[in-house]
Amino acid sequence: MDLYQELILDHYKNPVRAGLRDPFDAESHQVNPTCGDEVTLRVHVTGEGDDAVVEDVSYDSMGCSISVASASILAEEVTGGTVAHARATYDAMRAMLTSKGEDPGDEDVIGDGVALAGVAKYPARVKCALLSWAAFTDALYQAEGAKQ
Amino acid sequence: MTAAPFTDEELARLRADFPILSRTVRGGHPLVYLDSGATSHKPVPVLDAERDFYTRTNAAVHRGAHQLSEEGTDAYETARETIAAFIGARAAEVVFTRNATEALNLVAYAFTNGTHGGGGGRGDRFTLRPGDEVLVTEMEHHANLVPWQEACRRTGATLHWVPVTSDGRLDLSSLDELLTERTKVFAFTHVSNVLGTVNPVRELAEKAHAVGALAVLDACQSVPHLPVDVADLGVDLLAYSGHKLFGPLGVGVLWGRPELLDEMPVFLTGGSMIETVTMEGSTYAPVPQKFEAGVPVAAQAVGLAAACDYLTGLGMERVHAHEQALTERLLRGLAERSWVSVLGPADLRDRGGAVAFAVDGVHAHDVGQVLDDRGVEVRVGHHCAWPLHRALRVPASTRASFAAYTTPGEVDALLEALDRVPATFGLEVPA
Repeated sequence: MDLYQELILDHYKNPVRAGLRDPFDAESHQVNPTCGDEVTLRVHVTGEGDDAVVEDVSYDSMGCSISVASASILAEEVTGGTVAHARATYDAMRAMLTSKGEDPGDEDVIGDGVALAGVAKYPARVKCALLSWAAFTDALYQAEGAKQ
Repeated sequence: MTAAPFTDEELARLRADFPILSRTVRGGHPLVYLDSGATSHKPVPVLDAERDFYTRTNAAVHRGAHQLSEEGTDAYETARETIAAFIGARAAEVVFTRNATEALNLVAYAFTNGTHGGGGGRGDRFTLRPGDEVLVTEMEHHANLVPWQEACRRTGATLHWVPVTSDGRLDLSSLDELLTERTKVFAFTHVSNVLGTVNPVRELAEKAHAVGALAVLDACQSVPHLPVDVADLGVDLLAYSGHKLFGPLGVGVLWGRPELLDEMPVFLTGGSMIETVTMEGSTYAPVPQKFEAGVPVAAQAVGLAAACDYLTGLGMERVHAHEQALTERLLRGLAERSWVSVLGPADLRDRGGAVAFAVDGVHAHDVGQVLDDRGVEVRVGHHCAWPLHRALRVPASTRASFAAYTTPGEVDALLEALDRVPATFGLEVPA
């Protein structure tokens, strides 16, 4: 089956930037009520507005290979970039995952995220792939609110 | 003489009654449906009965005096007799709800309403106050847990629970401390929807009665799978769903001892359930009508009665024997795989046909996906028993569950598909 690409399994077994770290500006905890999967994710941001930089994303993800790999890919893709870049990455990931397989994803925008394209064909798994991204956007929103 | 599992010929004949079993899934794989614990498929006689109701006698039952209304009401009440007889009860003791969850909420809300003097109840039995206690178990489906959490919250009563042992049975060592004069309700499941554990219902009901508590039984995973007689169980109230019993979606059953149903305050109110109504207030119809507000689920009840007839025709002793043989086959196969751990009892003693397991190092969602890729449909997740999974220290599990139509070959297909899991996730397993 094409769902479990080598890249996904690599991220699952060796998740990038895993673990919860200080300093952080905001933390979000998200659960998938159908299976009990959980993720706690922290962001550390410096600067303000679109040019603000995502200095660190740290997380504790307890779930299936798809949800853990997605958290790992998220951390890899957005850390060190601007908030505007992170949001564009999220938008592109979300578009791909909710496309029912129509949108193969753009590697230039979402990097290893394209390996998750197969998830879009399994509606029950889309939430697994989006769980950490929901935590990330929530934490980012909180972090920005705290700075205003 | 003990009943025998179905022969291959009998299985082939009965499977022909379930049209859905001949379809293919995921690119042409034959459907291997091992999720009957979530919902069962429906045989043609059930589909025909429901269709026949709509085709010939469709009416809002217990309303109007025209011929269709008469015939519809007759069909509905005849269905009630059949469904009651299936569990050794009388028609007047059976209340139709939309599902088992609603049946259990009906009871939990009856207590709340009784506490506040509403719902037309009598006596003090259906009241909960601060200092009163409700006892449940750690292996409950959310449907027999959350309504009691909420009932306690509304009334100030306290919720306690019987813990589960590591091998998936109720830890009854502390029951005497948990079940006290303060306990007003002991609500527990007959068969765990995750572990397959069959609880000692009669013993638990007697203990509840000894302290003056009511025994409420979730029978969702027992009535479809083994012979159930309410007189033998000794409980006071019992709930199960129709759709797990070869019946249609949208109908559940609450059975109660008649004198209790008579005392019990109502839950949902409105049309059909009244005796008199004035602008100032209302009085309520006798049991069971006082618990059936709104236009009743007549077609669904008629379908469920056909399902009971169908199962009676198969013989519940044989259905049970058949599922026991399947459970034994699966437990044996899983025991041969050191990388799989079964949640719940490892042998057939007091065990039903729901088998949940965990694959070391692979999340249940991923296990289920690999099985689904071969057309093997199982349940993954916490199966609406999240606290139980926490107690067993697993985030989620994979569950296979059976029905009369499940074949030994389907159990083998599950085991074969399962063997693809370690390789898919690059796990080393002992040969």
